[in-house]
Amino acid sequence: MNATELAAAVRSGERSAVEVVEEHLSRIDAREGELHAFNLVMADDARAAAAQIDAAVARGEDPGPLAGVPVALKDNMCTRGLPTTCSSKILDGWKPPYDATVVTRLRDAGAVFVGKTNLDEFAMGSSTENSAFGPTRNPHDPSRVPGGSSGGSAAAVAADFAALSLGSDTGGSIRQPAALCGVVGVKPTYGAVSRYGLIAFASSLDQIGPFATTVADAALALEVIWGHDPLDSTSIGSVPSAIESPLAVLDRGVEGLRVGIVDEITLAEGIAPEVRAAVEAAGLALESAGASVEHVSVPSAEYGLSAYYLIAPAEASSNLARYDGVRYGLRVDGETVEQMNAATRDCGFGAEVKRRIMLGTYALSTGYYDAYYGTAQRVRTLIIRDFERAYERFDVLLGATSPTVAFELGARTADPLAMYLSDVCTVPSNLSGDPAMSVPFGADAAGLPIGVQVLAPALQEATMFRVAAAIEAAKGSAS
Amino acid sequence: MSEPGARITRAEVTHVARLARLALTDDEADSLTRELGVILDNAARVSALDTAGVPPTAHPVPLVNVLRADVPKPCLDRDEVLSQAPAVEDGRFLVPRILGEEP
Amino acid sequence: MTDTTDTADASRTDQWETVVGLEVHVELATVTKLFCACPNLFGAEPNTNICPVCLGLPGSLPVLNERVVEFALRVGEAFHFDVPERSIFHRKNYFYPDMPKDFQTTQYDEPICLAGWLDVDGVRVGITRAHLEEDTGKSVHLGGGGRIHDASHSLVDYNRAGVPLMEIVSEPDMRSSEQARRYVEELRATLLAIGVSDVKMEEGSLRVDANISVRHYGDEFGTRAEIKNVNSLRSLARAIDYEHDRQIEMLERGERVKQETRHWDEEAGCTRPGRSKEEPDDYRYFPEPDLVPIAPSAELRAHVRASMPELPAAQRTRLIDEWGINDHEAGVLLSTPGLAEYAETAVVALDGGGTPKDVVNWATNDVLSYVNETGLSPALLAPEMLAELVRLVGDGTISRNQARDVLAESLREEKWPKAIVSERGLAQVSDEGALGAAVDDVLAQNADAVEEWRSGDDKVKKKKRGFLMGECMKALKGQGNPQLLNRLLDERLARG
Repeated sequence: MNATELAAAVRSGERSAVEVVEEHLSRIDAREGELHAFNLVMADDARAAAAQIDAAVARGEDPGPLAGVPVALKDNMCTRGLPTTCSSKILDGWKPPYDATVVTRLRDAGAVFVGKTNLDEFAMGSSTENSAFGPTRNPHDPSRVPGGSSGGSAAAVAADFAALSLGSDTGGSIRQPAALCGVVGVKPTYGAVSRYGLIAFASSLDQIGPFATTVADAALALEVIWGHDPLDSTSIGSVPSAIESPLAVLDRGVEGLRVGIVDEITLAEGIAPEVRAAVEAAGLALESAGASVEHVSVPSAEYGLSAYYLIAPAEASSNLARYDGVRYGLRVDGETVEQMNAATRDCGFGAEVKRRIMLGTYALSTGYYDAYYGTAQRVRTLIIRDFERAYERFDVLLGATSPTVAFELGARTADPLAMYLSDVCTVPSNLSGDPAMSVPFGADAAGLPIGVQVLAPALQEATMFRVAAAIEAAKGSAS
Repeated sequence: MSEPGARITRAEVTHVARLARLALTDDEADSLTRELGVILDNAARVSALDTAGVPPTAHPVPLVNVLRADVPKPCLDRDEVLSQAPAVEDGRFLVPRILGEEP
Repeated sequence: MTDTTDTADASRTDQWETVVGLEVHVELATVTKLFCACPNLFGAEPNTNICPVCLGLPGSLPVLNERVVEFALRVGEAFHFDVPERSIFHRKNYFYPDMPKDFQTTQYDEPICLAGWLDVDGVRVGITRAHLEEDTGKSVHLGGGGRIHDASHSLVDYNRAGVPLMEIVSEPDMRSSEQARRYVEELRATLLAIGVSDVKMEEGSLRVDANISVRHYGDEFGTRAEIKNVNSLRSLARAIDYEHDRQIEMLERGERVKQETRHWDEEAGCTRPGRSKEEPDDYRYFPEPDLVPIAPSAELRAHVRASMPELPAAQRTRLIDEWGINDHEAGVLLSTPGLAEYAETAVVALDGGGTPKDVVNWATNDVLSYVNETGLSPALLAPEMLAELVRLVGDGTISRNQARDVLAESLREEKWPKAIVSERGLAQVSDEGALGAAVDDVLAQNADAVEEWRSGDDKVKKKKRGFLMGECMKALKGQGNPQLLNRLLDERLARG
C-alpha cells in the first residue's frame, strides 16, 4: 500500500495505524541490518504515535491527510529531544531543543515517524558513503550505493521501511538517490518548503523535499510540508495560496504542453547510453500523450557543476564554523580555545567535509573571492537567464537525473571529482532555485532503476507533477 | 600567494586550514593539496564564460523586507541548553584559555 | 618639568595636528534581539535570554526585527544620511567563543546609511556610514586576575549575542580630544532624542573606538592607531591625548607609527598594543544567504520622517532663545534624557508664577542630582510639582532654602510642594502687622542692645543689628519673611 492508500485506510478506520506501523517495523527488522538506512529507528515513539492516531480516529476525529503514514526523516532535520547527527561525529550526542518546521507539519498531518535516516556527512556526497556511521546500501542491489546524500531516505522508501521520507537537496541530494533507488524524489522551488530546523549545508541552495513510491504520494507529502513559515526569511509568502495544487491536477494529462529535452543534461559526455535512452523514451511517451517535445540547449548549464562546487563549499565553510566544541556536540580537549576548536573540528569532521570546508574557505579568501566565488555567482546569473529563456519556449524541461545507474560501493571514493560528477545533471536547478523531480523510468540491463528528471520554472510544481504523472503512467510500457 | 588559476600550494593549504580552524595532520595537508588542486582546476572552468557586466546572484529568491514584529517570545530552558554543552560552570559555557583577541 | 621642555611642548603643539575618527557602536533599544524574539535585556541571569537562533544552533535561521529597520531610518534622518534603496547583510567569518555561529551577521559594503554628518560646535563632522550588525556574547575570564590571556579558563554567557547594534563610523574630521568628546556627546544626545538607544557607556550600550593619527599641518594623514576599551568620555579624551603625545614622540625620535590596535588602560593612563597576530585577519565576507535585502518603502520613510522629534541641536537653539538661558545650561538640560522635556512642561505649568530660568535652575541642580542618585528617568517625575515650587518661592511663601528641602521631599515622596509646606507649617509670616509686633517686642526686651546700636560705630552697629534680627527670627520661629523683616527692623531702628 502506498501513502495515499494507507492514509485513506487509516482515516476511514479500515486499517489501524498501529498495525500499519508494525508492518513497516517488521520490514525494518528484517532488512535494516543489511541496508543501514537509519541512524535511529524510533520504534517505540512510532508505536505510541500510531496508537494516538487510532485513538483520534476512534473518537471520530480526522488525524489529517497523512494519518498513520510511516515517514522517515533525513537525519539533518531537527527533532526535539532526539539525536540529530547529520551522520557526523561532531554532533555526537546532540539532542536539539526544538523541532524543524517540516517535522511539526508532518506530525500535525498525522504522520508517524519511524526513524532518522543515514546521509553523507552534512549532506556532502552522492553515495551516502561519507557517513560517520557507515554506508547505506541500495535495496535493489546491496553491493551498490543508494546515491546521496539522502541515500538513507531513498533506501527507506525503496525498501518500504516507510511509505514516505524527507530528504534535502542542495545539488541533487534528493533526485539522484531517488533515481538510483527507483523511487520518486522532489526538489521543490527554493523557498517553497521551510528550511527552519534543517541543518544547513549551503543555505542558498538547500531545499527539503519528499521521497515516495508514486508521483501522487510525493504530491501529497509536498502539500503537507510546503507553505510560508515566518521563521525562515527565504520562505515564499505566497506558497501555497497562489499556487496550483499539484494533487488537483495530476490526472489532467499533458495534452498541449511543450516539453524541451535539455541537451546539456541528457547528451553530455559521461551520461550513460541507457540513461540517455530512458530520457528519450520518456520524451516519446509524453509526445504520444499529446505533448510537443523538442531538444533544447541551455548552454551555461554545462558550467553549473563548476559554479556549484565553489558556491556550495563557500557557504558550507561558514555554516559549519559553529561546530567548535563550545556549545554542543563533540569536544576534543586543547590547552587553549583555539587548539580545542581545531582539534575538535579535525577529529569531528570526516574527510569530505574537511575537503569542502577547505575549498570554500579558499574560494572566499582574500585574493580569490572574485576569481572563484564572485565568478561563480555571475555564472549563476547566466544559468538563471538561460533557463528563463528556455522556459519562454517550453512549459517543462526533461533530462537525466543521474549520469549512471547505481554504482558499486567504493567505486568513486578515491576520486572526489568523479563523485562530484554524479551531480552534473541536478545542480542547475539548485543554482536557479527552480523545482525539479526525478521519476523512475525503466531500468538498465541488470535491472537497476533509471530516473528521468522533470524541471519546471519557479513555483510551477503543478505542471511538473502533471508531466511526472504522465511519465509514471507510461513506465510500464518502457521497462 | 599564487595567482588564481595556478595550483594551490601546500603553504596555502596550511594557511586556509588555520582560517578554517582545522588541525590537519601532515598527511591530510598533503592529500588536500593534491585534491584541492584537481577540484579547483575543474572549478576554474567558470572563468571560461564571459561574465563581464553580469551581476552576481547570491540568492535565487527575489524577496525583500522579510521582517518580524518586535515582540518577545519565550526563550529556551537554560538547563536543557547547558545539558548539551561539553563543559559548563555557573550557568555559563566553559572554554579553555582564549589566546586570540576579538577583532 | 623644566622650562625647556615646556617650550618644546608648546612648539610641538604648534607643529602637530591630531586627526581623530570615531567608530561608535550603539545598542538599539528594541524589545527583542536583531534576528530572534529573545528579549533584549541588560543584566539578566546568564544564558537565560537565548533561543536556537541567537545560540546559533544547527538548523536555526534569522529573521530581521522590523523595529531595527525603523530605528536605522531614524538614525538616517537624524544624521542626514543617504539611505540606499537596497541594503544587505554579509557574514564576517572568524572564530571566537562568544560568537555562537563563529561568524557575525553584519552589514558590509551595502549598509543601510551612507554619507551623513553631524555639526559639533559649528564644525561639520562627516559620518561615513552607519550599519547594522549583531552583538556577541560576553566572557568572564577566571584565574589570572580576570585578564584574558592569563586566565585558566573563560565562561561564556550568550544573553547579549544577537542584540542589535548600529555602528556609526565618522570621517577623520576631528582635530582634538575635546572635539571628539563633544562629537560623542552630540551623537548621544541625538540618539537619545530619537529614541533608538539608551546610550549608556557604563553598561556598554554605547562603545567608542578611536582612530588616531598625527601629522604636520597641511600634510597627508599619518598612520593611525585604533584605540579600543575606552569606557567613558573622560577616558576617550585621555586616550586621545596620550596617543597624540606617544605618536609625536615616536615621530620626533625618527620612528614610525605602527598601524595597530591598542587598548586603553584606564588605571595606568596609557594605551598598550594588542597581541600581535601570526597572520592578518581574513574575514571572508560574503552575502548572508539566510536573509533577504532591506528595501525601505517610500511609505515607511515618510512615516519615519513625519515622526521625527525635534533634534537636540534645534532644541538647544530654541531654549536659549526662548528662555534666555546660556549654552552651558542648555547643554546640561539636554545631556540627560527627558530633563529638557521635564523642564519644558514645568515652564508651561508655571502660569506666570516664575520664570523659565527659575525652572532651569532647579532642574539642572536639585532635580538632576536626584535623577542621578536614584537612576530614575525625569519622565517619571511630575514637572507640575516643580512649577508649584517655583511659584511658592516667587510669591514669597517659602524661602529658597526652605524650597530645597521641600523639593527634595516632593521628589522623594511624590507630594505636592504646597501640601509639604502646610504639613511642616513652613509658610513664611509675611503679614506686616504680625511681623511689626514681633519686632516691637524684641526691641522692647533688648533695650540695651538697641542703645549700643545707636551709640556704636559701624562695626558695632552691624553686629548689634545682626543680633536683633536673629532675635526677631527666633521669635517668629524662623518663619518670618526675611526681606520684610529686614525692612521693618531697619525702619523701627531708624525711627528710634
